[in-house]
Amino acid sequence: MTTSPSTASAIRSAPAAAERGAAAQRAQRWRKLGITLLGWGVALTIFFPIFWMILTGFKTEAEAIADPSLIFTPTLDSYVEVQERADYIKFAWNSVVVSFGSTLLALLIAIPSAYAMAFLPTKRTKGTLLWMLSTKMLPSVGVLVPIYLLFRDIGLLDTRLGLTIVYTLMNLPIVVWMLYTFFKDLPKDILEAGRMDGAGTLQEVWYLLLPLTLPGIASTGLLSVILSWNEAFWSLNLTTSQAAPLTAYIASFSSPEGLFWAKLSAASTMAIAPILIFGWLTQKQMVRGLTFGAVK
Amino acid sequence: MATLNLHQVTKSFGDTHVIKGVDLVVKDQEFVVFVGPSGCGKSTLLRMIAGLESTSGGDIVIDDQRVNELGPAERGLAMVFQSYALYPHMTVEDNMGFSLKLAGVSQQERRQKVLEAAKILQLEPLLERKPKALSGGQRQRVAIGRAIVRNPSIFLFDEPLSNLDAALRVQMRIELARLHEELKATMIYVTHDQIEAMTMADKIVVLQGGVVEQVGSPMELYHHPRNRFVAGFIGSPKMNFLKVEARSSDAQGVTVTVPGGESVKVPVEGDAITAGQALELGIRPEHLMLDDQGPLAARVSVIERLGGQTSLYVEMDGELLTLMVDGDVGHRVGDRIRFGFAPSRAHLFDEQGLALAGLERHPLASLTRQDNRAASTADA
Repeated sequence: MTTSPSTASAIRSAPAAAERGAAAQRAQRWRKLGITLLGWGVALTIFFPIFWMILTGFKTEAEAIADPSLIFTPTLDSYVEVQERADYIKFAWNSVVVSFGSTLLALLIAIPSAYAMAFLPTKRTKGTLLWMLSTKMLPSVGVLVPIYLLFRDIGLLDTRLGLTIVYTLMNLPIVVWMLYTFFKDLPKDILEAGRMDGAGTLQEVWYLLLPLTLPGIASTGLLSVILSWNEAFWSLNLTTSQAAPLTAYIASFSSPEGLFWAKLSAASTMAIAPILIFGWLTQKQMVRGLTFGAVK
Repeated sequence: MATLNLHQVTKSFGDTHVIKGVDLVVKDQEFVVFVGPSGCGKSTLLRMIAGLESTSGGDIVIDDQRVNELGPAERGLAMVFQSYALYPHMTVEDNMGFSLKLAGVSQQERRQKVLEAAKILQLEPLLERKPKALSGGQRQRVAIGRAIVRNPSIFLFDEPLSNLDAALRVQMRIELARLHEELKATMIYVTHDQIEAMTMADKIVVLQGGVVEQVGSPMELYHHPRNRFVAGFIGSPKMNFLKVEARSSDAQGVTVTVPGGESVKVPVEGDAITAGQALELGIRPEHLMLDDQGPLAARVSVIERLGGQTSLYVEMDGELLTLMVDGDVGHRVGDRIRFGFAPSRAHLFDEQGLALAGLERHPLASLTRQDNRAASTADA
């Protein structure tokens, strides 16, 4: 059997090709390592202030303002003092009521509106959505005075109901937008099959739309809870004591007698702990929901 | 009893007219197939009958009741979707019983009705499964089962087999025909596949551009297409068309000159035909025969051997013609062949594409699927 010239050259160059392959693999490994390190670097940089805050909460006031150090004797003094000065549970309960209440209210309003926009769109649906979202681009402080005066006149200042209403309105555009995206991903045929089977609009929503888009609704709700929990501008301006949530609780430690870093850190840690744990527990759901529909 | 009447039904989306005045009668227990190329409006028409699309004009009448303003569920119809549209979060049993649940039927009765339908479709072992654990064919059967449970007056099918592979499609086609027989129901079926149309229909409705081109039994459409579009659409491979010139016409038919100069007399009505008029000759590939004395001659460009049959593609006058001939012919690409056809098998179309009516009606033109069944029972 004769070997064609091209086959011969292919055989000769085989070792060279193998070497090239190995080099490419090495380069690939380095790149992977680099990207991993970069990822960790970014994550740690973002997390560092939180880490330092948690650490500071376990120091004495003297240690807290001394040269930064990782070695110290942990103490719960700051936590005890913080709890003595203000009732954490009361603030935390306000946070829970207001963030979950506003989320529930926002979903109640947003589900029907997102349904209408996703399944009965008109020429102006896209425009309406964008317009809703554009309200999020205005600085909140721009409407502070009118809302403050309005709330004063109708007696909503420093009430949980007032704060719930404000948070609902604040999150509504995002909630509607997200639900709209999730609903749009649902095959229209399924709802039409439901209609053929005799489902009215309410039954269609209850038996088909809600169960089928539950992951999306859940992640939208979670996001809304987190956004409300962390909101500080409106809570600081519209509440004083009765309805003040945890963000106001943190702020109350920064003013009266100058800065007490250890106590402030202890208070902050306690304020963010619930939402941090909540976020951590629902992490899988969140990621699934937020990336759902991103790749088609 | 379930009959459907469409009177001048129209549908427009803004300035776009999708359905342009359709008249149609669907008789009780009839299997009617809407067929046409994509975008011809066949699915829209079905959805209008279902009540999923509103009607811009005309009347939709089911069993003597005008249903234009009724919702989908109130029309008493059931629909099988192309995508199956099963409820993914429900079991097969819940999928099939959903309409009964909405209607407030007791759980026991629901179960009984679902079981009856499951038995017909051999779905009993799958009742506890979710749709994602089913194969394509099984999903399709569940979708049909969901329709059966509703006990509808008319079944609507929107391209139900197009998501299945070829082998399964043939099997489901037979199963659907059997089901039609068993349920004795009126069925309307949309497809773009003319084989499905030919094999399943009692009556085919050929649509193009929102207009009904022809309504008739499969054999009627095959042997007596009303125009060039229907002639080209029904039958596979497609009908061949040749530009010809009329020479004369008399009571026995129209004589035309075919490419190559020879004359052929086609037995069609030619009262309105004048000598020299340009016409189009249509002959199906299976009706072209190799014939050394034939009036047509050309060189073979492509050969496709299917075993039992062979397709020869020849070029003539810039058009590619197809001949469906015996599987054992020994021709090769480049061979020059002569071929012909029985004049009674040929069709003539005028400049508007309208067919000149045949002088004789094909003996099987009025045959329906029901006639097939009657014959087979008699044989037995």
